Amino acid sequence: MADETKREFAWGPREENVLIGKDIQRIDGIAKATGRAKYTADINTPGTLFAKLLTSNQAHAKIKMLNIEPAKAVPGVRAVYVFLTAFDVETGESKEIRWDGAPIVAVAADRPEIAADGVRAIEIEYEPLPFFVDEEDMEGAEKAQEETGEKRIKKLPKSSKGDVEAAQSEAAVVHTGYYGIHTISHCCLEPHGSHCEWDGEEKLNVHLSTQNVSGTPGQFAGPLGLEQSAVEVIGNYEGGGFGSKFAADEWGLACAVLAKEAGKPVRLMLDRATDLKVAGTRPSGFIEITIAADAEGNIVSWDSNLWGSSGMGGGTVSPNQIPYVFDFPNVDRNATGLICNTGPNRAWRAPPHPQLCALTQTAMDDVAAKLQMDSYDLFMNNLQHVSKAFKERSEVYAEEMKIAAEMIDWKAKWHPHGKGGGNGAVKRGLGMALHTWGGGAGPCTCLLKVHPDGSVETFLGSQDLGTGTRTVIAIVMAETFGLTLDDVKVNLGSSKYPKSGASGGSITVGGVSSAHRMAAQSALWKIFDLVAAKYNVGAETLSAKGGQILSSGKPVCSWKQAAALVGPMPLEIQGATEKEGLTSSRVGGVQMVDVSVDTETGKVSINDFVCVQDCGLIIDELTARSQVYGGMIMGISYALTEERIMDNKTGRYMNADLENYKLPRIGDIGNLQVKMYQPASEYNRGVVGLGEPPVISPGAAISNAVANATGVRVPVLPLTPQRVLDALQKGGAA
Amino acid sequence: MKSFEFANPQSETEALELMNDHPEQTAVLAGGTDLISLLQADIIRPERVVDIKNISSMHDVAEVDDGLMVGALTTLEEVLDNSKLAEYASVAQAADAVHAIQIQSSGTIAGDLCHLPNCWYYRNGYGMLGLENGTSLPETGDNRYHAIFGNSGPAKFVTASRFAPALIAWGAKVRIIGPGPDEAEMLPLEYFYTTPRTERQGTTVLKPGQLVSHIWLPKTAGAVSGNYDVLQTEGLDWPLASASATLTISGGRVSDARIVLGHVAPTPWVSHDAATSLLGKTISEATAQAAGDAAVSRATPLSDNGYKVQLARTAVKRAILRSAGLLEGGL
Repeated sequence: MADETKREFAWGPREENVLIGKDIQRIDGIAKATGRAKYTADINTPGTLFAKLLTSNQAHAKIKMLNIEPAKAVPGVRAVYVFLTAFDVETGESKEIRWDGAPIVAVAADRPEIAADGVRAIEIEYEPLPFFVDEEDMEGAEKAQEETGEKRIKKLPKSSKGDVEAAQSEAAVVHTGYYGIHTISHCCLEPHGSHCEWDGEEKLNVHLSTQNVSGTPGQFAGPLGLEQSAVEVIGNYEGGGFGSKFAADEWGLACAVLAKEAGKPVRLMLDRATDLKVAGTRPSGFIEITIAADAEGNIVSWDSNLWGSSGMGGGTVSPNQIPYVFDFPNVDRNATGLICNTGPNRAWRAPPHPQLCALTQTAMDDVAAKLQMDSYDLFMNNLQHVSKAFKERSEVYAEEMKIAAEMIDWKAKWHPHGKGGGNGAVKRGLGMALHTWGGGAGPCTCLLKVHPDGSVETFLGSQDLGTGTRTVIAIVMAETFGLTLDDVKVNLGSSKYPKSGASGGSITVGGVSSAHRMAAQSALWKIFDLVAAKYNVGAETLSAKGGQILSSGKPVCSWKQAAALVGPMPLEIQGATEKEGLTSSRVGGVQMVDVSVDTETGKVSINDFVCVQDCGLIIDELTARSQVYGGMIMGISYALTEERIMDNKTGRYMNADLENYKLPRIGDIGNLQVKMYQPASEYNRGVVGLGEPPVISPGAAISNAVANATGVRVPVLPLTPQRVLDALQKGGAA
Repeated sequence: MKSFEFANPQSETEALELMNDHPEQTAVLAGGTDLISLLQADIIRPERVVDIKNISSMHDVAEVDDGLMVGALTTLEEVLDNSKLAEYASVAQAADAVHAIQIQSSGTIAGDLCHLPNCWYYRNGYGMLGLENGTSLPETGDNRYHAIFGNSGPAKFVTASRFAPALIAWGAKVRIIGPGPDEAEMLPLEYFYTTPRTERQGTTVLKPGQLVSHIWLPKTAGAVSGNYDVLQTEGLDWPLASASATLTISGGRVSDARIVLGHVAPTPWVSHDAATSLLGKTISEATAQAAGDAAVSRATPLSDNGYKVQLARTAVKRAILRSAGLLEGGL
């Protein structure tokens, strides 16, 4: 028996890794590319019915009359469900409809077009109520509140420290500016939805597009009056979640009820318009900032008045996290939430850091412009003000800034704001921003099995949102056992497997990798003990590499021979998140971008865009870089084109389609370069999550680059031609 | 979408017969890139859809004595591949600016000419004029993509056609057939478009039972042309404004000019002011800019689309410079 005290859960020496830290393609890539991978929207068990929704075309209303009988009468319609949040069928009492797109009725039918016929046959009359949807217009909200008596304004707690007034009076420069970032909607490639199938009266199988396989059965069971054990939630493949898919959702419950009523399986996926309207948005923020600095650009005070909306909740971007990344000696903060008749907010990738970053670091860049300083120097000088909570990362920021500057050739390309010269209408500019995120390991448990024939598999109630979770787990197991990726099998995506936390907050990779390292090391040690006894070698001399067990580097037996020693039944090990020694938290990253601005059309295009990102020990560098690319592209989207457009006249979401809800295409993203910052100090920290951080900086970085190109701040994101031209006109540059 | 009869005629005559059983309730399907969306959204609910794609006489691009006859069903891809059409540079540029191979391969040139407005009030079910209780929603609602010309009446939307400015600038005519089986007329494309004053009126002169079978282009006669679409993104996107120029240049000076703007008015917008400003001039940055200024001098932007005046100005300037091979820069 080996000395137990030497057996600590740990990652191996970096130079000995065969798989960890390499570029490894997703193990489910072929299945996804060929369509063999079945997403929720693909589930089509025999007899499956298709459901469609009647949704509100009113921003705020009550239902005067609802008659679903004509829908029931449509041949082929099998079940009709009225949403409890809209209308109480038993009492005939309407609930308050509070936003455009709110689900009212779901119809399940043999074919999608018959379900649509059913929806069309429903008779409904609304009693319109006053609405308010302009989240940038605080005065308008106050006026609406006065006129209707309905609450539209929610004062949020103020906070202050130091003496802002005194700091301003002593400062070399005081800058006041207005900045903003509009609401965007979640827009996952796979919309929200489920496929529900009953097995008798008492057992429900749900295929759910979810970030929360282990956590959603109870959300179905409770309202449906089932025991939780009677519900299995399955989510094998997800077409993205980004924070919008933690819940069963009222349309998930509707699907289950329809399936029960019809006695057949039902698939209910939201259509794109409804998905954009009701399945989660990212709150807006608008801010007036007065910022003071000394002659070197060291910021000494921050005074801000923030407002915006998260919908009917009346929140905005979290006011106490601003200024972002930095914390200045003197601070006054004031914030107001506007209560708007708009769809509800949900966590959107790195909530609410992208907005905080865009609101903070654009104002900082304007201080550089005012001082005619190089923005790089201003950010570097202010690293002394990195927030106390992660002060130790300021040296990493400095290193990352140096690397990023080299990658984009900052020094050679830099010119003071608006002084780039150049021919004609097109101006170029540089901008930067930096970000942070936690990403500590989340809860995960797994059941790892080593079969007597040497095959290895694991079971866990986690999910792969498309990020590469399956691949990371396989790499950890294969690396630990000295096997190939083909030798190990990952079973995830069922709530019947050992519970695993929801995938949100970039906590999945730390959870699943440490749980599997822990389980695999535990299994390996047991096998080492068996090998040591059988072959009469010291267990502490053993290692597993290349499908063999080695003693001090010399082959003892094959992996299969070793595994056979476990007896006729598999060796089973329970794994659980093991933070100590295997994981860490807190990452940083720096992004720099080179843009061109057509000052005659207001069009902005990305030339080069670089990101230097740390995230501790990297399991799969290929999927890590892919996460960063994805974050940068999503960032370009909300920086340049993507926004929810609410109409003040009708209260409706006008661009809830992929024609006018503008996402970037391949030609819009420029040349992206990613550098994972990974010196030994990062490897030694262990695994930290990465999914969210790279999406944070693009808004500020791109806005800063446009300001550098044109000499004019375009205050509000996204930087559409309209906003760019309006700003140029106001700034006297057009 | 509502169920409908599907008809699949093989000839122009057969198509007209099928359309005239109940002309008011019949929709014509060509590439389908617009109609299918309208059917799915229940904006259009025909009893019968007549698919004209199998009518071979409407596919050809043929030289005729006085120019070129372009079949209505010529796809954008075929426009780009056709050597005879390559001489009409602005037409090819308009096709090239549709940044989606799916639309290029299924969308047709006449389908584009008949494309209904993208106005989001229309597409959200408020009718083409966007009227609610008799008042115009786009007038004071979100009109960032709406008209800056020709918007004094109830119609505030902009024409969606990508090709109309270029074709009108070339003096194209459309061949309209029906409703009778032997009826056919040639109409200058400029007069094809109408601005509706009521919901019952359409955006073209086409009456129920009629369709466009061909587009005639005059010989180029040495004229040059250029088209410029102001697009926000590199993907499939509707221009925020566009312009097309066809210029005859003799002895270095403009002897004839036709300037037509798109996506700025309920119809394609012919700018005589811009054209006149170029006559007798050489083409330069300055004269193109002056033409752009002239083109927008009488613009009447709505509450939230003043920026489109600048975009229209730039589109005209760049279309002219592009005609003369002088366009540099721009994103």
